[in-house]
Amino acid sequence: MPKFMLLQHYEGGAGCDVPMTEWTPEDVQAHIRFQQDLNAELIAKGELVDAQGLAGPDVAKRVTFDGKGAPVVTDGPFPESKELLAGYRLVDVESEERALEIAAQTSAAPGPDGVPIQHPIEVRQVMGAPDTDL
Amino acid sequence: MRTGAEIEVLLRELAPQVLGALVRRSGDFEGSEDAVQEALLAAAGHWPREGLPDNPRGWLIQTATRKMTDRIRSEIARRRREEVAARQEPPSTDVPDSDDTLLLLFLCCHPALTPASAIALTLRAVGGLTTAEIANAFLVPETTMAQRISRGKQRITASGIPFRRPTGDEWTERLRSVLHVLYLIFNEGYASSIGDHLHRTELSAEAIRLTRAVHAMLPDDGEVGGLLALMLLTDARRPARTGPHGELIPLAEQDRTLWNRQLIVEGQRVVLDAVAHGSVGAYQLQAGIAAVHDDADRVEDTDWAQILTLYGLLERMSDNPMVTLNRAVAAAMVHGPATGLTMLDSLDATLAGHYRLDAVRAHLFDMAGDTESALTHYRSAANRTTSVPEQQYLAAQVARLSALDGVSQPE
Repeated sequence: MPKFMLLQHYEGGAGCDVPMTEWTPEDVQAHIRFQQDLNAELIAKGELVDAQGLAGPDVAKRVTFDGKGAPVVTDGPFPESKELLAGYRLVDVESEERALEIAAQTSAAPGPDGVPIQHPIEVRQVMGAPDTDL
Repeated sequence: MRTGAEIEVLLRELAPQVLGALVRRSGDFEGSEDAVQEALLAAAGHWPREGLPDNPRGWLIQTATRKMTDRIRSEIARRRREEVAARQEPPSTDVPDSDDTLLLLFLCCHPALTPASAIALTLRAVGGLTTAEIANAFLVPETTMAQRISRGKQRITASGIPFRRPTGDEWTERLRSVLHVLYLIFNEGYASSIGDHLHRTELSAEAIRLTRAVHAMLPDDGEVGGLLALMLLTDARRPARTGPHGELIPLAEQDRTLWNRQLIVEGQRVVLDAVAHGSVGAYQLQAGIAAVHDDADRVEDTDWAQILTLYGLLERMSDNPMVTLNRAVAAAMVHGPATGLTMLDSLDATLAGHYRLDAVRAHLFDMAGDTESALTHYRSAANRTTSVPEQQYLAAQVARLSALDGVSQPE
């Protein structure tokens, strides 16, 4: 079975462009519950490998190194914060269709007043074994 | 006194027989499976210290039945239905045991289950692997794998599939389903036997072990023999399939002295025997193709005409475009690359965007001496493959052709 990484960035969706820090506590709670329920559903279906949210852009760091001197560490937030990864789900599923279905479910996570955010979810297949030579 | 390893082998052989005996009697697959796991644990603890009981299978059946009864007693108030099962005598220990292993396999590979559930359940209930081992082999967390197994068991319970030998048309369909699951298990292990996941090759060994058992029980079924032969003849090439750094080595470039002669001889004997049993099936044909490849000591000795004929027969039997893709390669070897390239045109619709179509096209253009077209398709294949070793191989072809010809291509 192929594995897929479903990636979510900080950019908002058509349903909501307000950062979560400005939502009401109830809306935040409903959103978190949605994510937890989705994970529980994927575990019950035997499909979840891992799901994690990442700490915010304010504590993000970027490291570059030329292999000689000292590594250069840049502190966040960065100007293009919206392109940063917010979290991911790694799923092990029958097919790409099923991965797209889960991505669609993820994209409809509720924002303020329960309106689906419509986050764009990036779907990337994890490199696996080659096909067998018949 | 037996060693721990010997006892483990014995337990894995007995596990499906014991489970089959319990399911046959109680009709409760989930409950039986849990009880057998406990009995196996008990045996693994007692036997190495106290020696084997006179009748190991009987011991396991008695112990598992007792565990099951204990459990049911404790739940009796809540689950009245199972009170009936609790009063049952232990099943007789002298019914033919191989039958139960086979029936169990039919149950675990039932077409009502998803392939993922059937694979997991078969490895656990028939193969005797632990949930942790199966999870490790498929690179998913144990809880996720446990759910997959549990869903499979629930599905079997819910659909009320009877624990008996299927008959008539159902037999053929159910057996096909069993062979497909065994094939998938083998493939999972074989395909991933390169790169970082060497431990997964155990899956191939397990698939071969189970298929051997089915073959021993159904020696007259040509497709069971076909599948076993296909596995043996394919597995024989495993040692030559990877280079020193885990890189993929295609069939044409393998060091054939590394092939496992013993497996080849056995596979060829099994496939000949299978063909002698009448109706020709898809596994037999694939085994036949593998046998022809394995028969050639040097790649240039390969009997491509025979391979082309076999792919032609296989194509008539299946609508899998990958078969046509392979037939095009064989046709190119017999009639030249132009013939193969023409055949590939028919696949543009069904395999649109699939890297293998590009990879084969590149290979045939390469054969035809059209370096520029070969480069274009090798690049396209390298960009689309979902496998690291394959990507490295395709990228190496791009590098080889670029250097060879001095052709520079836009990225």
